[in-house]
Amino acid sequence: MSTHHHSTVPSDPELRVKALESLLVEKGLVDPKTLDELVDLYETKIGPRNGAKVVAKAWKDPEFKKYLLEKPTDAIASLGYRGRQGEHMRVVENTADIHNIVVCTLCSCYPWPVLGLPPVWYKSAPYRSRVVSDPRSVLEEFGTQLAEDVEIRVWDSTSEMRYFVLPEAPTDFQNKSLDELESMVTRNSMIGVEKIKEPENRS
Amino acid sequence: MNSAHDLGGRHGFGPIAPEAENSEPVFHEDWERKALALVLAAGSLGQWNLDESRYSRESQHPVDYLRQSYYENWLSGLEKLLVEKGLVTEEELSSGRAFSKAEEELQKRVLQPEKVYSTIEKGGSTQMESDEPPEFNIGDRVRAKNRHPLTHTREPGYSRGREGIIEAHYGAHVMPDQNALGNRIGEHLYCVRFDAGELWGKDAPSKHLVFIDLWESYLEHA
Repeated sequence: MSTHHHSTVPSDPELRVKALESLLVEKGLVDPKTLDELVDLYETKIGPRNGAKVVAKAWKDPEFKKYLLEKPTDAIASLGYRGRQGEHMRVVENTADIHNIVVCTLCSCYPWPVLGLPPVWYKSAPYRSRVVSDPRSVLEEFGTQLAEDVEIRVWDSTSEMRYFVLPEAPTDFQNKSLDELESMVTRNSMIGVEKIKEPENRS
Repeated sequence: MNSAHDLGGRHGFGPIAPEAENSEPVFHEDWERKALALVLAAGSLGQWNLDESRYSRESQHPVDYLRQSYYENWLSGLEKLLVEKGLVTEEELSSGRAFSKAEEELQKRVLQPEKVYSTIEKGGSTQMESDEPPEFNIGDRVRAKNRHPLTHTREPGYSRGREGIIEAHYGAHVMPDQNALGNRIGEHLYCVRFDAGELWGKDAPSKHLVFIDLWESYLEHA
């Protein structure tokens, strides 16, 4: 696309943000310390490790898994994850026969308390346009192959319900500790574009 | 509104080319940190709601929406709302200088740093009461209405005119089309299951379902 554009073309976003920040601070509408707190929260505290803890516990603890599937918002809050962009959670479970994938075709709705801020690709036009009509080609881009007879369920987050995938547990999950399991849970597996990778020394 | 944000089923955007998860930073540029924080902090002033934010981003020129990065779109949406709601003037925005302080009432609402965590943790429920019983039951066959409102809606284009099955009823939630216009009313919300063949034609793969959350007024009996 041409870099020359009509006169209202926004300037460099860096300059726009800087100008807007100083304007809002000067107006008394924003406290600069609040901005730092917000950034710190989403850069260091709220991220996909939260979701990984939820998943590992669900694999290890059948009572918790039942709670998670029946009352997802409460079950997730019981581990301390709640609030903005996760007010109304629904957990969808992957099995040998069913594979779930989450998208927001209209914007970028994503379960922040358990996954943090969405990755760039999740918000991008290629993902949002294709995953509802051609999910298998999308999965291939993530290196994910599913058997022909696996049913693919794509969840388009058009409301304030936030969808979260409970991936299939690795085959030997019973022999692994909660910490080991947690470290195997990727963010992408909780969006549904990947499966949990089995350790390579297993067949 | 039928614009560039309604992306489901569009062609031509090329590969997704995802960054590797373990090396992808939360923010790619320093200004993105500030863009996110400004949107959240300004939003907490309570002068607009989530659907007004979405509507503001969507109503940019579609070329701008697609050309800009996501945080740039957030920034454009925020600038537009600040002016529309009278929090800053066009002149202030273009000069980056405040010509007057915000009204005291508004300044009292400014999110304080020590309140950040509790505010985020509280979130904002969209569950509402409804006096009306739900029109549809789980298992009902429904059709997403063929509607093309000029204002904000959460009924994606690719679902319109298509038939599906009510898979879940989530109770009454804030109705986005109305909320974007400043009217907070509750309406029954359903999750509707569509076969890929119904959405994309007979050549669509079998064993592929799409679930879309749709409000009652988006739906009719099929």
